[in-house]
Amino acid sequence: MVQIFQLPMFLPIPPLVCRHGPAGKIGVRRNMKSKFRDNLIGYLFISPWLIGFLVFTLYPFCQSFYLSFTRYNIIQPPKFIGLANYKMMFFDDPLFWASLGVTIKYALVAVPLVLVVGIGLALLLNVNIKGIAIFRTIFYLPSIVPMVATTSIFIWILSPQVGLVNQILAIFHIQGPIWLKDPHWTLWSLVFMAIWGAGGSMVIYLAGLKDIPQYLYEAATLDGASAIKKTQMITLPMLSPVIFFNLVMGVINTFQYFTQAFMISDGTGGPSNSTLFYALYMFQRSWKYLDMGYGSAMAWVLFIIIVAITTVIFRSQKRWVHYGR
Amino acid sequence: MTSNESAIKQRQKVFLYALLIILSIPPLMPLIWMVSTSLKNDAQIYTTGGTSTSGFSLSSLWPKPFVWNNYPEALERMSFMVYLRNTLFICFVTVLGSVGSSAVVAYGFGRINFKFSSFWFALMLATMALPGQVTMIPIFSLFRSLGWYGTYLPLLVPAFFGSPFFIFLLTQFFKTLPSEFAESAKVDGASDWTIFTRLILPLSKPALATCALFAFLGAWNDFLGPLLYLSDSRKYTLAYGLQQFVGNHYMNWMQLMAASMMFIAPIVILFFFAQKTFIQGIATTGGK
Repeated sequence: MVQIFQLPMFLPIPPLVCRHGPAGKIGVRRNMKSKFRDNLIGYLFISPWLIGFLVFTLYPFCQSFYLSFTRYNIIQPPKFIGLANYKMMFFDDPLFWASLGVTIKYALVAVPLVLVVGIGLALLLNVNIKGIAIFRTIFYLPSIVPMVATTSIFIWILSPQVGLVNQILAIFHIQGPIWLKDPHWTLWSLVFMAIWGAGGSMVIYLAGLKDIPQYLYEAATLDGASAIKKTQMITLPMLSPVIFFNLVMGVINTFQYFTQAFMISDGTGGPSNSTLFYALYMFQRSWKYLDMGYGSAMAWVLFIIIVAITTVIFRSQKRWVHYGR
Repeated sequence: MTSNESAIKQRQKVFLYALLIILSIPPLMPLIWMVSTSLKNDAQIYTTGGTSTSGFSLSSLWPKPFVWNNYPEALERMSFMVYLRNTLFICFVTVLGSVGSSAVVAYGFGRINFKFSSFWFALMLATMALPGQVTMIPIFSLFRSLGWYGTYLPLLVPAFFGSPFFIFLLTQFFKTLPSEFAESAKVDGASDWTIFTRLILPLSKPALATCALFAFLGAWNDFLGPLLYLSDSRKYTLAYGLQQFVGNHYMNWMQLMAASMMFIAPIVILFFFAQKTFIQGIATTGGK
């Protein structure tokens, strides 16, 4: 299982791939004809994916690059306008910058918090006591609730007058904010929602913890290391590939954050654009205003941002991600 | 171990349990609150012990009396049964399509040695990280020009071209299967297709189940797809219908929670029956 975590998701990893098909073992007696046959059959088997890749990935990928230089409202054919979309985005569209700001702010707050909560829960639940499975299930449960349902539950518990959260705050005589209606609190509401679902990543960390060899801890105990020291020197370094994986995926997912923002603002990104996430703004431009050329340009900027951030995280991994035994 | 030490151990255990129980409140509370709300009426929500001025009390969680009406009313108002049928249809077809096609492709990658196979495999892994937004507009435009807008086809057809994640999972699984049987079958003149359907597939039930489960969840939860492609409200799925329900001007919390409850329940039940498959899948994928 751990192999998969260590796998840098989007770099080719030759050793992992197709080393020993059954055909390889026949080896010596293989002639040109059977080699050709293997190639033919191999390509036949992967053809569903290959066709899907060409039609649903490669073609749209190139097409959206082209569309980003056009004015396109889907009804009329696209009209080439050079760099106009990009110019407008960078110099004349405050909403583009607003949406980028919202997304980055959320990424900076939610991604680390979810990471820390997930790891903390995993460390806590990685003990062998009676009934621990029940607790694991409890913490995991929120993450299987469909996003649409989670959001509708949170809209209700954050309701200003009669919602659960403000009722609980009222016990302590605190007048709770109006949450989803107050631009200062919307982002935090979404962060709470993300933390509520952090149990999903806990399972991944638990699996990672199970793979840490026990003798490391035994040796550390003999050396008189404290529990905190052991966590710091053994657990976290050994877990770092999993943390790394979750960090990368967390950042990528934030830039595609859509459903929750769409639901709590009814597609508007309000109040005061405080939930105008990048993906939501792109959706608005493309489908509400049918400005699909601009939407494509936004998609490409998104793509470049994600590639850049991922590259930076990948570069940083030498310093803190610990592979190997 | 001295009795003193075991007393400390005992105390640690008690402390741990107490901590776990307290920490269990935040994940459970919203769900309990949802169930409780779905069984109340207006009066219970807005007056009895339930306004922010008086504060929260545990007893307010218990509906007095139980109001079951919200469920049939939500069913009616949301056209729940229609959406359920639509959703189940989409789930069924996408599970069949994506698991079937992914298994075929995975056999190619995992069991056949062909030219450039590692290049294609790496490329496939790379596509997993490509944000959907980048390809969204041209795909939409493509489906629209085919006249598929407003039909289920844009939600169903792509499933039949394999899902990179399932292909990856199944390829890894197929590689772990011993090759002796397959080789002796080959000597007996069996074709790759026969080996795939008669030998590999029956041995791969657990991996196929994981994929099927996640394909099902993906289709059940999908919001963006229906939002982009469905226009006729009779064709809506549950996820989309629920969002529309929230978006409606009047906000009937009790019915909304009843509807949410009915939307979540099948997933939770599925989870308790297939817990192992769930965890296995999550632990290998790294998320939803």
